[in-house]
Amino acid sequence: MSKIFAKGLVCPLDKNNVDTDQIIPKQFLTSVSRDGFAEAMFFDWRYLADGSPNPDFVVNKPEYKGASILLTRANFGCGSSREHAPWAILQYGFKVIIAESFADIFFNNSVNNGMLLIQLSKTNIDLLFNRCTQGPQQWQIDLASQEIMFGNNAALGFSIDADIKQRLLSGLDFIGSSEQLNPQIADYEQSRKASQPWLG
Amino acid sequence: MAHDFSAKTLYQKIYASHVVGKLNPSTDLLYVDRHLIHEVTSPQAFSGLKLANRAVRRPDLTFATMDHNVSTQRRSMDAAGETSRKQLEALAANCDENQIPLLDLTHPDQGIVHVIGPEQGLTQPGMIIVCGDSHTSTHGAFGALAFGIGTSEVEHVLATQTLPQQQAKTLKVEINGELSAHVTPKDLIMAVIGKLGTAGGNGFVAEFAGSAITAMSMEGRMTLCNMSIEMGAKAGLIAPDETTFAYLKGKAHAPGAAHWDAAVKYWQSLYSDPAAVFDHTVVVDAASIAPQITWGTNPEQVMAVDQSVPAPDSFTDATKRDAAERALAYMGLQPGQKLTDCQVDVVFIGSCTNSRIEDLRAAASVVQGKKVANGVRALVVPGSGMVKRQAEAEGLAAIFKDAGFEWREPGCSMCLGMNDDRVAAGERCASTSNRNFEGRQGRGARTHLVSPAMAAAAAIAGKFVNIAAVHTQGEQP
Ligand code: SF4
Repeated sequence: MSKIFAKGLVCPLDKNNVDTDQIIPKQFLTSVSRDGFAEAMFFDWRYLADGSPNPDFVVNKPEYKGASILLTRANFGCGSSREHAPWAILQYGFKVIIAESFADIFFNNSVNNGMLLIQLSKTNIDLLFNRCTQGPQQWQIDLASQEIMFGNNAALGFSIDADIKQRLLSGLDFIGSSEQLNPQIADYEQSRKASQPWLG
Repeated sequence: MAHDFSAKTLYQKIYASHVVGKLNPSTDLLYVDRHLIHEVTSPQAFSGLKLANRAVRRPDLTFATMDHNVSTQRRSMDAAGETSRKQLEALAANCDENQIPLLDLTHPDQGIVHVIGPEQGLTQPGMIIVCGDSHTSTHGAFGALAFGIGTSEVEHVLATQTLPQQQAKTLKVEINGELSAHVTPKDLIMAVIGKLGTAGGNGFVAEFAGSAITAMSMEGRMTLCNMSIEMGAKAGLIAPDETTFAYLKGKAHAPGAAHWDAAVKYWQSLYSDPAAVFDHTVVVDAASIAPQITWGTNPEQVMAVDQSVPAPDSFTDATKRDAAERALAYMGLQPGQKLTDCQVDVVFIGSCTNSRIEDLRAAASVVQGKKVANGVRALVVPGSGMVKRQAEAEGLAAIFKDAGFEWREPGCSMCLGMNDDRVAAGERCASTSNRNFEGRQGRGARTHLVSPAMAAAAAIAGKFVNIAAVHTQGEQP
């Protein structure tokens, strides 16, 4: 079974600990809408103080224009719980992030927005960055077979939680699937009220 | 050796008691006892609900406050600019429409969500508490499983009062012995983060235990749990004890007389069984910790204040070396430099880490009878209306004001600078908040995280000070 989740250009962001204040600075958090965050992604790195694009920042380099796979390092997305971070990354055009590790809340937020986050060992991340030094990369991500495919039949496997895989493959409704347990929720509320009446 | 499989950690006990059902073999649906909301991460959740025609299931278990982008100069929704006003109005309208209690700017108890939850008695042992904010970990100080969630999850909790979860791994941070004079829980957690790294707790719920914790006040425990997110932990947790119960008694939303004894009896069952096995344990000697200060741009780039700024070459790991190099360039620091030689421009005492009454007392005791150094802008932003009133009643506000500090209204303020409280590019700030990321307090701002006493001492001296050394020289006020 093959199911290509994403294919496209890879943008290598060679940093550890990229935090949510970098992914989307606070001045963009006052919006009440879910849209319009693409321009804000990595704002302080992407734009110089005078507002012009920073030519040295990897995302701005012409060879990475239109990238849909973001390659980075450890603890990506650490910091705040702002879901504006994955919204910005997704709206910019990235569908997949490959990293050595992710911060917990960022990981959940991204999955809840249909993004695929792939976690690999440091050795494999080094290997992927190494590939990127050979020139712009076009990869395919096969979610069903859990493989990053580099072309020429070369591929690298990854593991993923079975539940998340299922959700990404079938696009299950996050709230809807929990609502199927509504009777259990009501039962739980009943017994909670009886055993811990102070909880309300 | 026989293994006692019935022995559970505190986290496992709370988790098990909240399972509503199974969504699939690895994912449980957990019931949420308290849902705290604020203006920044909730508007999209409410519009999502509306779009899908869903109602708020338990408005009575949901509580809202305005904190992140409120002005701390004036109590008015339009005092922090047009877009902030819209967001605050959206929160007010959403709460009104759904009958969710809201501590708005006219309410005397309004404040930072993680300060007011405990003050109002909303935070109680054994609960699951969530909020669209990463520092929800603060509430773990009461033996509640408390963690930050994103906006999609906020919407999920509003609709169902539940959240899908998988069991996290367990980490025990055992802290024994006594903290030295002038070394605070803030220094302790910063030292632990330095030891474990900002990703050291990823995938774990961290339980703090040991004699140093038993001896610690609720305020100190909150500071500790608050920053457990800075080491990547999903939550911080401290088993409730008499200190916890004494704090809660009489609080507005704490169990009243009719239920108090039953509640305490239940709370007393909330501890990690002696035979419970943690996935990982770290032991820390409290007495070995000196006052801490960050030198870099993430919380693990921290050192004792009497140490010198490290050379990037001293890191064997290549990415850490690069990060250190970059951090020093951003912070305008040289390897080998002493931060006690380093001038400060701004001092911020506030945030959900260090804006409670004990924090302000510690800072005021350093400030008393002295003046803020020339050229230093210093502000104190109490965490809530309650803290503010108490500080005024105790005379702390007068001490700060007499010294030249600005005394502000409650809010997040310069912790993240969503309102107009910012640190300018290149300015150096001694801050009692929790994050020293690039640009956190303003583009180009240079943040050094410290304890309230260290921040106060920096305001007076105009440069960083080793509060412990001042103390031993007998210069302490
Ligand atoms: S004080 Fe700072 S860390 Fe705490 S909730 Fe407010 S913005 Fe977040």
